[in-house]
Amino acid sequence: MLKLDKKDTTLFLVVIAMTLLAPFIMNPFPTDSGLAQFNAGYPDLMQRFAIFGIFAIGFNILFGLTGYLSFGHAAFLGVGSYAAVWMFKLLSFNILPAIFLAVLVAAIFSLAIGFVCLRRSGIYFSILTLAFAQMSFAMAYSVLSNPSFNLTNGETGLQVYADDPQILKGSGPDATHLFGLEMRNTFTLDVGAWAFQFNLGFYICAMFLILAFYISLRIFRSPFGLILRAIKTNQTRLNFTGTNSRPYTLAAFVISGMYAGLAGGLMAAMDPLAGAERMQWTASGEVVLMTILGGAGTLLGPILGAGFIKYFENIFSKINDSVLQSWFSFMPDGLSDFFVSIVHPFVGKGWHLTLGLLFMLVVTFLPGGLVEGGQKIWSRLRNKDKDGGAKSTATTPAE
Amino acid sequence: MDAFILQILNGLDKGSAYALIALGLTLIFGTLGVVNFAHGALFMIGAFVAVTMQKVLNLSTELVDPTKKDFLGNPLMVKTPYVENWFGESAGQFIINWSVPLSILAAIPIMLAIGFIMERGLIRHFYKRPHADQILVTFGLAIVLQEIVKAFFGANPIQTPAPDALNGVVNMGAWLNMSLSYPLWRIVYFCFAAIIIFGVFAFLQFTTFGMVVRAGMADRETVGLLGINIDKRFTIMFAIAASVAGLAGVMYAPINPPNYHWGMDFLVLSFVVVVVGGMGSLPGAVLAGFLLGILESFASTTWATTTIPGINQIIIYLVAIIILLTRPRGLMGRKGVMEE
Amino acid sequence: MGILEIKDVNKRFGGLQALSNVNLSVKEGTIHAIIGPNGAGKSTLLNCLIGKLIPDTGTVTFEGQSVLGRKPHEINQMGISRVFQTPEIFTDLTVFENVMIPCLAKRDGAFQLNAFKPVLGETDIIEKAEQMLIDLKMIDKRHEIASSMSRGDKRRLEMAMCLAQDPKLLLLDEPTAGMARADTNNTIELLKEIQEKRGLTMAIIEHDMHVVFSLAERITVLAQGTPIVEDAPENIKGNKKVQEAYLGGAHE
Repeated sequence: MLKLDKKDTTLFLVVIAMTLLAPFIMNPFPTDSGLAQFNAGYPDLMQRFAIFGIFAIGFNILFGLTGYLSFGHAAFLGVGSYAAVWMFKLLSFNILPAIFLAVLVAAIFSLAIGFVCLRRSGIYFSILTLAFAQMSFAMAYSVLSNPSFNLTNGETGLQVYADDPQILKGSGPDATHLFGLEMRNTFTLDVGAWAFQFNLGFYICAMFLILAFYISLRIFRSPFGLILRAIKTNQTRLNFTGTNSRPYTLAAFVISGMYAGLAGGLMAAMDPLAGAERMQWTASGEVVLMTILGGAGTLLGPILGAGFIKYFENIFSKINDSVLQSWFSFMPDGLSDFFVSIVHPFVGKGWHLTLGLLFMLVVTFLPGGLVEGGQKIWSRLRNKDKDGGAKSTATTPAE
Repeated sequence: MDAFILQILNGLDKGSAYALIALGLTLIFGTLGVVNFAHGALFMIGAFVAVTMQKVLNLSTELVDPTKKDFLGNPLMVKTPYVENWFGESAGQFIINWSVPLSILAAIPIMLAIGFIMERGLIRHFYKRPHADQILVTFGLAIVLQEIVKAFFGANPIQTPAPDALNGVVNMGAWLNMSLSYPLWRIVYFCFAAIIIFGVFAFLQFTTFGMVVRAGMADRETVGLLGINIDKRFTIMFAIAASVAGLAGVMYAPINPPNYHWGMDFLVLSFVVVVVGGMGSLPGAVLAGFLLGILESFASTTWATTTIPGINQIIIYLVAIIILLTRPRGLMGRKGVMEE
Repeated sequence: MGILEIKDVNKRFGGLQALSNVNLSVKEGTIHAIIGPNGAGKSTLLNCLIGKLIPDTGTVTFEGQSVLGRKPHEINQMGISRVFQTPEIFTDLTVFENVMIPCLAKRDGAFQLNAFKPVLGETDIIEKAEQMLIDLKMIDKRHEIASSMSRGDKRRLEMAMCLAQDPKLLLLDEPTAGMARADTNNTIELLKEIQEKRGLTMAIIEHDMHVVFSLAERITVLAQGTPIVEDAPENIKGNKKVQEAYLGGAHE
C-alpha cells in the first residue's frame, strides 16, 4: 500500500490509529477521579504533541540520518510562525495560505543558512548553526523591530490587531479557521465518567503529522535516505564512490527546515501569535532532546520523544507541594515531609532539572533512546519465551 | 579620540570574560578533545560562589536591644553579623565589604573540586564517544547545573557589589589630558584577567607538566605511547580550566548582577570566540575574546545602534560567520584540528 | 598512450624534493605496480593522482583529461575507483547496502534527489548489487552489518564496492598493508581472479615485494622521488639499481 512494504504499512497504520484516536488514548482516567490530572486529552496539549512531533520528525531527517547536529532549528520554526502570522495580518485568518507561506519561507531561510553552515562539518557545523540561530533570535527580538521597520514586533510578539488589513477576511470568523471551520471548535463526548474532547485544531495538526510521518517514512526507505545514512557512516568513502555529499546534506537540511517551518506555521495557526523566544537556542536544544530521547535515526523515536517530553513537562509542572503531600500522606509525618522535600526540586518549576538529568542518563546509558530501550526489553522478553534469536522488529531504520 | 579609547576600555571587561572562558574551553578541547557545553555553567557557578560568600558573611545573630525602639515602639531587633561578633565591628564590616575578592579564596578549591568531579564522574566516559554525544551530555549537565542554582538562589539577578574602595570611577585619561572616566572595578577585572591569562600561559610554558600538556595537545597518541600517564594530567587540566572559568565568574559578579542563565548566555558567545580564534589555539582564544569584546562595545555606541538598530546584538555572530567562511580555521587555528 | 599519463611531475615541500620529473604511463588492461622504499614519494604521487595535491609542475591525465584539483567524487565519476590502505566501507550499513551505494552513484551521478522512490523498487540496482556479491562470494553475508565482519571480508567488500562501478582504473593503495600472510595471499588471489575475469586496469602502490611480483605485469620503481626503472617483474628482480635503492638507500 502507498508504495510501502508490509512492515512499514503496519507501522504507518499504527501511527495513524494512535494519532486519530489520541483523544481516547490520552484520556484514560475518569474526569472526577484523582488520576484525572494525568490525563493529556485536552486540545491544547494534544496540539502540542502533534506540532512538536512534526518538528522532531523533521529534525531527525537531518540529525538521525546524516549525523549533522544542528543547534539552530528553532530559528526555522520561529520564521515559520512569523510568516504565518503575517499572512493572518494581511489576508485573513484562513490557515492554509499561512501554513503554505510558513513552509516556503522556512525553506528559503534554511537553504541560505544551510548553504553557509554545510561548508563545515562536525563541531564547526553545530557552532555555526548555533551562531545563526542566536543571530536570528537577536534580529527578531530587536533588530527587525523598530518604528521604521517593524517585522517582528520585538518583545511583545507579533499578533493580529483589529486595524490590520486582512484584505480577504470579509465576513470570515475572527479566529483562525479553515474555510470557516474554526480551529478552536471542540466537540465533547461524554461516556460515563469520561469526557473525550475532539478538537478541530488538533485534527488538522494530526493530519499534518500523519503526512509528515509518511514523507519521512518514504525518505528513510529511498535511495536518498540510504545515501544520507552513508554520509553519517563514512563520508570519505562516499565521496570516493562518486557521490557529492554536500547537495545531499543541503537537501536534508532544507527538508528538515521545512518541517520546522510547518511546525511553526501550525503553532501560529492554533494560536495566532509569534514571539522571538521560540527561536532561542534552548528551544533548538529541546528538539535535539526530543529526538535523542526517543531515538535518533529511528522512525518512531522523534514522535515518542516529543510526546514524552511534552507530556511530562505538562504533568510535572502541575505537581505542587500539596499534591506531593497527598501522595506521601500514608507515611508518618516526618518521613513524608522528608520525601516531599526530596521530590520537590524535581517537580513543578523544577521540571527542567528533571529533564536535564533524564537527558544525561539517556545519552550516557541509552544512546539509542527509548526506541532502542524498548527493542532491548522486547527482544529479551521474546528470547525468554521462545529461546531463539528473535530479531527486534518494528522500528529498525531501514533495510 | 576620547570616545574611541573609552569604547576600547569598555570592551575590555567583557572581552576579558570571553577570553577567560574561551581559554578554558580551548584547554579542555585541546587536551581532552571534549567539547564542553557546560563550561558556561562553570562561569555561572563561580559568580554564585561570590553570591554565597556574601550571604554567608552576612549571616547574623538577632538580639533584642531594649534601649532602642522601632517606629511602632516595640523593642528593636538588631542584626549583628557573626563576623562582626568575632572580629569586632570594623574588621567585620571590612570583611563583609570585601566579600567578592575574598570569594576567590573559596572559589579556587570549590571550582577545582567541581572540575575534578565532573571529569572523573562524567566527561572521561565520553572521550571515545562521538562529539555529538559529548555536546549532548554536557548540554544536559549545563541544564542541570543551572536549574540547581535556580532552585537555591531563585531566578532574579542578585546584587553583589564590589568593595567600596574599588567601587568608584577613575579618570583614566588624567595624565593624557583626556577625560576618560572609567569604573575602577573594571580595571581591577582586566588586570585580574591578565594575571590569570599570563599565569596559565606561564604554567604551560615553563613547567614540565605544562610541557606534557602542550605535547598532548599537539599529538595526543604519541604522548600516550611515551608511557606518560596523560589521563591524570587531563583531570588536573580540566580542574584548572574549570577554576579559570569560575574565577572569571567570581570577579564578574560586581559588573553585572549574576543570574542563573548566565552560563548559557556566555557559553554561546564563548564558543563563537573559540571558533573565531581557532579551535585548539590558546593565544587565538585570548585574542579573539578581546577583539570581539571590543567590537561589541563599538557596536553598542549610540552612533552604531542608530545607524543599524540592534547591531550590538548580532555583530559577534556576523563576524564569526564571516571569519569561519573566509578563514575556516579561525584567526590562529592550526591545521588538522577537528577536521575530517 | 596509456589510460593514465603522468608527465614531468615535480613536487616540493619546503626543502624536500618529494617528486622530481616523474613520467609514468599505465597501459589499459594491465596491472601496473609502483614500488619503492619508504620515503620514495609513493604517497605524494598517489595524492597527486587523486587530486588532493597539485604538483608544482607537470600534468596528470586520465583518458586525456586532467585530474589535478578535482574533488574525489569527480575523479570517481571519471572512472577511477580507489581501494584504501585500511578498508573504507560504510560500517553501520549492511553488506548489501554497502554495494548498492556505488551502484546508485554510478547510475545517478554525483547528486540525484530520489527522495520518494523506494529502494526496493530499484530493481536494476538490486540485481547489479546481488550479482556483484555473487561474483565475490559474499552473497550469504548480504544482511550482515559491515562493521561485524573480519578484516579480510571488509577488504573483499570494499573491492566489491569498487568493482560494482565498472571502473576503468582501479587504484590500490597498499592493499595488503598490515595484513597477516594468509590474508595477503587471499587478497592476491582475489585481485588475480578479478583481473582474469574482467581484464581491469589496475595501479597498485605498494612496498611489499611479494605482492608486487605475484601480481604486476609492469613495475615502476621509485627512489627519492624519481622513477629509476620501469620494466617487467622478471627483469626488475635482478636489477642492480633496484637492489641498491632498497638495500643501500633505505633499510627496510
